[in-house]
Amino acid sequence: MSDSPNVRPMVLRGGHVVDPANSVDGVRDVLLVDGRVASVAPTVDGVPEGAIEVDAAGMVVTPGLIDPHVHLREPGQEHKETIATGARAAAAGGFTAVIAMPNTDPPIDTPASVAYVLAAGRKAGAARVHTTGAISIGLKGERLAEIGEMVEAGAVGITDDGHPIMDSGLMRLAMEYSLNFDIPVADHPEDLGISAGGVMNEGLVSSRLGLRGKPNASEDIHVVRDLLVAEFTGAHIHLQHISTAFGVEMIRRAKDRGIRVTAEASPHHLLLTDAAVDGYRTEAKMNPPLRSESDRAAVEQGMIDGTLDVIATDHAPHHYDEKEQAFDDAPNGIVGLETSLGLVHTHFVRTGKISLTTMVERMSLAPARAFRLEGGTLDVGGPADVTVFDPGAEWTVDAAAFLSKASNTPFGGERLVGAPRLTIVGGRIVFDAR
Amino acid sequence: MPSPSEVLDEAAVRRALARMAREIVERAGGADDVMLMGIRRRGDHLAALLKREIDQAENADVPLGVLDITLYRDDLGTVGTIPEVGETQIPSQGIEGRIVVLVDDVLYTGRTIRAALGELLDWGRPGRILLCVLVERDGRELPIQADVVGASIQAGPRERIEVRVPALDDRLGVDRIVVDGGSE
Amino acid sequence: MTSTVSSLGKDLVGLEGLTAEQIRSILDTAEPFKEISERRIKKVPVLRGKTIVNLFFEPSTRTRVSFEFAEKRLSADTVNISSSGSSVVKGETLVDTARNLEAMNIDMVVMRHGSSGSARFLAERIPSNVINAGDGRHEHPTQALLDLLTIRDHRGEIAGQKVCIVGDVLHSRVARSNIYGLVKLGAEVAVCGPRTLLPRGIEEMGVRVFDRVEAAIEWSDVLNILRLQLERMEGGYVPSLREYNHIWGVSSQRLAAVDRELLILHPGPMNRGVEIDSDVADGPHSVILQQVTNGVAVRMAVLYLLAGGTPDSAEAAKGGKEA
Repeated sequence: MSDSPNVRPMVLRGGHVVDPANSVDGVRDVLLVDGRVASVAPTVDGVPEGAIEVDAAGMVVTPGLIDPHVHLREPGQEHKETIATGARAAAAGGFTAVIAMPNTDPPIDTPASVAYVLAAGRKAGAARVHTTGAISIGLKGERLAEIGEMVEAGAVGITDDGHPIMDSGLMRLAMEYSLNFDIPVADHPEDLGISAGGVMNEGLVSSRLGLRGKPNASEDIHVVRDLLVAEFTGAHIHLQHISTAFGVEMIRRAKDRGIRVTAEASPHHLLLTDAAVDGYRTEAKMNPPLRSESDRAAVEQGMIDGTLDVIATDHAPHHYDEKEQAFDDAPNGIVGLETSLGLVHTHFVRTGKISLTTMVERMSLAPARAFRLEGGTLDVGGPADVTVFDPGAEWTVDAAAFLSKASNTPFGGERLVGAPRLTIVGGRIVFDAR
Repeated sequence: MPSPSEVLDEAAVRRALARMAREIVERAGGADDVMLMGIRRRGDHLAALLKREIDQAENADVPLGVLDITLYRDDLGTVGTIPEVGETQIPSQGIEGRIVVLVDDVLYTGRTIRAALGELLDWGRPGRILLCVLVERDGRELPIQADVVGASIQAGPRERIEVRVPALDDRLGVDRIVVDGGSE
Repeated sequence: MTSTVSSLGKDLVGLEGLTAEQIRSILDTAEPFKEISERRIKKVPVLRGKTIVNLFFEPSTRTRVSFEFAEKRLSADTVNISSSGSSVVKGETLVDTARNLEAMNIDMVVMRHGSSGSARFLAERIPSNVINAGDGRHEHPTQALLDLLTIRDHRGEIAGQKVCIVGDVLHSRVARSNIYGLVKLGAEVAVCGPRTLLPRGIEEMGVRVFDRVEAAIEWSDVLNILRLQLERMEGGYVPSLREYNHIWGVSSQRLAAVDRELLILHPGPMNRGVEIDSDVADGPHSVILQQVTNGVAVRMAVLYLLAGGTPDSAEAAKGGKEA
């Protein structure tokens, strides 16, 4: 949605404002005027006539959360999700912006399809919908798509997510070309030769269940490859949904070497292991797969220390009967938009593993910076994208109540603490659970 | 709680068996064609005792077999536990044309005998089948009557009549057990 | 009247979930069933009136025939559905197949399916008893049970026997079920084969690994030789069948190197001259045909034991409530 100067001013009174970019972590008022942040102060003055007053006492007020990795399924798979339902689910999860992946049907590999996604996102009037474009035509991993024109049409990055680029030469070309447009190259690191046919992590559980496994090495090989190519091209590589201990370690070292890398941790890789697959639970089937406890712990540590800068859900909606199949036949992925904030707040903030400031860095500031988006801060003059959540609200994950079309989550029934109350995009309330 | 009382002691049972052996031979017109088939799990022991009586009296060696009727019962899935399946042993002579004497401990509903007849006929075509039981009591659910009976005992629906044999129970006898409130 | 919960539960999905006691009870129950197949009339009425569907999504003549004999010898009414010509190939999902079976009030379903976990998937969705006749590379419990019965017939006890499974363990449901059953009954278990065909983490399942078949033979009391699917060579797991036979093939020459008499099992169908040489397959220590005979008895025992369940107990097993 476009920032509208006609929107009514709004003042959020007395909330606990957490804005890492401005080193704010305390009770403040936030004034939003004309779709922009007008003031953040202990008590704001000069509130315009007719402004909406919001009592935010007891609430946490943060720059709008940004999920840089979602699958909105439109065009082509609207039975799973649409841009509109995905944008509403995002708003309900406290997100003011999402970045869509291009593996739709047809893929987002032309400027026209980028424009289509952005227009549909604006029409939804919920969270902002950004999109990436494909690296290669048709996600085939053969020839570069019209990256420059897609960027001109509004794409914020390029990726063949879900379709690992097996040709390292093509990855080199993509990274070099990205330099012209100052966009990140996002990659789903996976060597299909090693993971071939795998449906879960390779280990004792896969051996017991008789399911084909993907070893860690299938991911690590491409993590290292991408880092090497990023180093010599000087491009910005954004590594998606890191799931292995070795991958975390390699990214840590790459950052030490000055390689331009950002990386994602997903809530499920932070919280679950391949034990969740036992019983052939298709809601625990995802790619990259849930891995061992030592991998999970390393991903957690990487997220805590910032090696993994960004928390991204990899929101992957599927129709219920697509998951209601034999494990081999069920598709990968889980929905994440409406559980991410609650999961991260419950398991990492409330346990003291990370501060609220770090949470906002991982879920707002870092995603904005990685993809050069406005937002991620409450800078005066910046977009009035704000998330307000109740840090004490207890709730139970009820997949049937999701605004997403899909309900494929392994977290159903889990008790969480911390729930979105108000999602504000461009100064306008797009989700209200007060 | 069950309260057993002995209705036939060992001596009485032995007298009954001796008489039953004689009756079998009489009805069969000698021991030559007789084959004893005991029904597991007590009829087979009684059949062994009868064989000893007949063998001694007639200077014979009557063939002895065992029928396990578990797989011919009509109550699978309705009884409390799954009956253990035992093995049926048919004497090597086979049952074709023989006078097969089915031996069981108690004739009650008749369903065991129905199952035994079914199984026996699957094995071949005997010349005749005689039914021989140590005890018969009221409660028949099928039109089946014994040819040779050791004793007739009156017993109500809440009473069980149980035969004890040395191999399984360390004694020979017949008990009456009153079962309080409830069916089996 | 009390209702019965089968001593095995509602279904037989695999041996991993059974106790040693339950496995022994199946083997013990199989003993008297062997004798039925020797009768003049090879049929007992115990499952009269029960309807059993043999649902085979993968072709398998021998397992299906073995189940069918077992069912018919217990007087059950059987229907065979195999993937060719059924709606399965027309894209009907497993869950729809399950619902259709449920609507037809089937008492039991024997299923062979190419996906690991499919038997459990079906079992969780229908009240009928489900018997896994092989699901993907997961389990094939009745095959392992007949292997166990055959070993017990010859060695008296399973406990203490050293059993080596030779060949493509990675893709083998027979291997997994055997490992679970053998370990539970106290056997020592090993596997031997090309590392490309052994699953990772196999040692954690209580199994030792031999790289060379000579060493496996030296160690073993029993060899269970798996079939090498021709697709494995095409898939590049082994360079050639010739090399496989040369390095892992069980030959009488290799067996002669030890003075003990090994028991030779093979789940069939055999590739003579690949994983097993003909003189071994037809030799004095081969019990491969007895395995086939025992297969019918074991399947009769499983059908019999599961049939002890009532719809109530099936509901309980399905929904987790008390029977």
